[in-house]
Amino acid sequence: MLTHEDLYQRLRSKDSVQQLTKQIWQAVEGDDQPFRIMEVCGGHTYAIVKYGLDQLLPSGVKFIHGPGCPVCVLPQHRIDAAIQLARRPETILVTLGDMIRVPGSRSSLQQTRAEGADVRFVYSPLETIQIARDNPDRQVIYYAIGFETTTPMTALLIDQARHADLNNLCFHTNHVLIPPAMNLLMEQGANIDAFLAPGHVSVITGVDIYEPIVKRFGTPVVISGFEPVDILSAVLSIIRQLKKGLSCCENNYARSVRESGNQKARDLVDRYFELRSDFLWRGIGSIPESALQLKPEFAAIDAERAFAEDCPQAGEEQSSGCICGAILCGHASPLDCSLFAGICTPQRPQGSCMVSNEGACAAYYRYRRTQS
Amino acid sequence: MSRIQLAQGSGGRENQQLIRDLFLKYFSNPILAQLDDAAVVECGTTAVSTDTFTVHPLEFAGGDIGKLAIAGTTNDVAMRAACPEYLSVGFIIEEGLETELLERIVASMSSELQVTGARIITGDTKVVPRGAVDRLMINTTGFGAVRADCSVKRIVPGDHILISGPIAEHGACIYAAREEIAIAGLTSDCQSLWPAVKALLDHEVPIHAMRDATRGGLAAVLNEWAEQSSTRLMMTEEVIPISEAVRGFTEILGIDPYILACEGAFLLSLPAENSSEAIDILHRCGHPDAVLIGQVENADNGPQVILTSAYGTQRLLDFPYGEILPRIC
Ligand code: SF4
Repeated sequence: MLTHEDLYQRLRSKDSVQQLTKQIWQAVEGDDQPFRIMEVCGGHTYAIVKYGLDQLLPSGVKFIHGPGCPVCVLPQHRIDAAIQLARRPETILVTLGDMIRVPGSRSSLQQTRAEGADVRFVYSPLETIQIARDNPDRQVIYYAIGFETTTPMTALLIDQARHADLNNLCFHTNHVLIPPAMNLLMEQGANIDAFLAPGHVSVITGVDIYEPIVKRFGTPVVISGFEPVDILSAVLSIIRQLKKGLSCCENNYARSVRESGNQKARDLVDRYFELRSDFLWRGIGSIPESALQLKPEFAAIDAERAFAEDCPQAGEEQSSGCICGAILCGHASPLDCSLFAGICTPQRPQGSCMVSNEGACAAYYRYRRTQS
Repeated sequence: MSRIQLAQGSGGRENQQLIRDLFLKYFSNPILAQLDDAAVVECGTTAVSTDTFTVHPLEFAGGDIGKLAIAGTTNDVAMRAACPEYLSVGFIIEEGLETELLERIVASMSSELQVTGARIITGDTKVVPRGAVDRLMINTTGFGAVRADCSVKRIVPGDHILISGPIAEHGACIYAAREEIAIAGLTSDCQSLWPAVKALLDHEVPIHAMRDATRGGLAAVLNEWAEQSSTRLMMTEEVIPISEAVRGFTEILGIDPYILACEGAFLLSLPAENSSEAIDILHRCGHPDAVLIGQVENADNGPQVILTSAYGTQRLLDFPYGEILPRIC
């Protein structure tokens, strides 16, 4: 557990930040080579934009914002499923707060709730147990979202629900995986020299999940925490690797990440989930083996099977000029979107990148909007 | 335990008794004691402000709804460089409220009134059925004699911006109490600001504008100032005073201290050459953390508030918006 002293004296300290910045400038000195670093995770995007870390770096060092916001990458038909499930009679849909304003093809959960549906937002998935207990005559559906970091919490919820003999609780699973998305971007020839990988994913999965990408594409991956000192020291490691022509998977977040991750959490996930053959990522397309679903033996608590009629299949994505897809692939920045901050705002988001705190457009809106 | 009953608000004998036993006891002054339909007072150029207070819990570390109702309204009057003199008060009480609690709150109002010398000159009490209000709601309207011209339209490029004390104290305290998060040292800063304003006015500090950073916190006031005065405000993040307890609390919850309310800290905009004098005065009258936190510039890119971090990077400090939601991963 971090103390405030850690945060202020170590991870955010002005001296450490200045020192790292200096080392980065020294490392790239006399080099015209660009260093294009994709921060895969939206948590990193948020921190970079909030602390203005990009402003500290030499012009050749660029952060490319990646697809790592679990809400942003959900395709419209899966949001539509949440809305349709919420509209079922005698149903309570439970999900995490970030889902509230995400636009589906026609509506959002916020609007659906305003129209009378019972949609509840929880801080922790485990709160769903109490909701199900308090409402034995109603169907409670937990709409699960998140990357490798939040999947164990969903698995734990399922586990507890089974032990508590709750038979009015089922699950709509939208858990996605980071490495397949990175793999696809590289296969598509993304112009990326290295990846900054999210520390909290490796807390669960361990370090070696990125090895195949490092080997196949020769792209360094450095695992990093979310504080300014974490991020800058990871950037320094990346630049050092690139300068030496190395490509390794490096754990720069050793205070939290064990090489092997958290086996117990993974066992729990493996007990309930299996890989989907493929999953559609908003703006990116279908990615093989990039998401999880409940194993067939849990079909009875799988909302996608139990209420298949309310879970639409992928259709045409409605687009209104939103360039989220290009942003999530690292091809564009929010400032390239003509709707940014005019038609598209956090109050009336036109695309998912404007909704979640982790979305690149939302971070730019909050911290960069009218700056020249 | 004695509890407030519906009859005590219906204008009959029980109502009279409540007024005499409680309100007159604590608020007594010659004008109120007349108990006429309306109070008659002498007033010159007057600053008037009204606010209705509802807070859960009713009593919190550093204050209660009564103290808040007095300090909050007299502060709004004081922010126009006016000396708070008279107040009206309206109580809306949910039937069943503990009489003892009500008395504690009224006593706390009375002692807060002593800080400014303002007097309650007219009042009203309603008792409403259970569920019609969340225990207790208090409305106060304040009247004060204006001593100087102090308003947002006087803010000009070149001004210095000061804050009188640590921010977000009240907001963090209430938020934590409501969510039942125990953090040592979280105390509301709820207090009357008139003594500090009076000291500044007595020294003839030429203040351009003042505002207490209540709802929406520092972020809201600065953005309102930038918009209403068409300026750009350049703020230095490192010097904005935030207590350790508030820092820890906002860190744990992932919320921004700049959007949390203060009830005892105010912002001042004034000519640069007067800022160190003003800071000295504030230090001497109970605001030891008063500090220069920014300055006003021409708005070349439209009104905005820019925060310069300790690292020298810049970002926008936006109006608070949206629900306060925890991050999901
Ligand atoms: S600004 Fe809005 S419309 Fe444009 S890419 Fe971002 S989310 Fe889509």
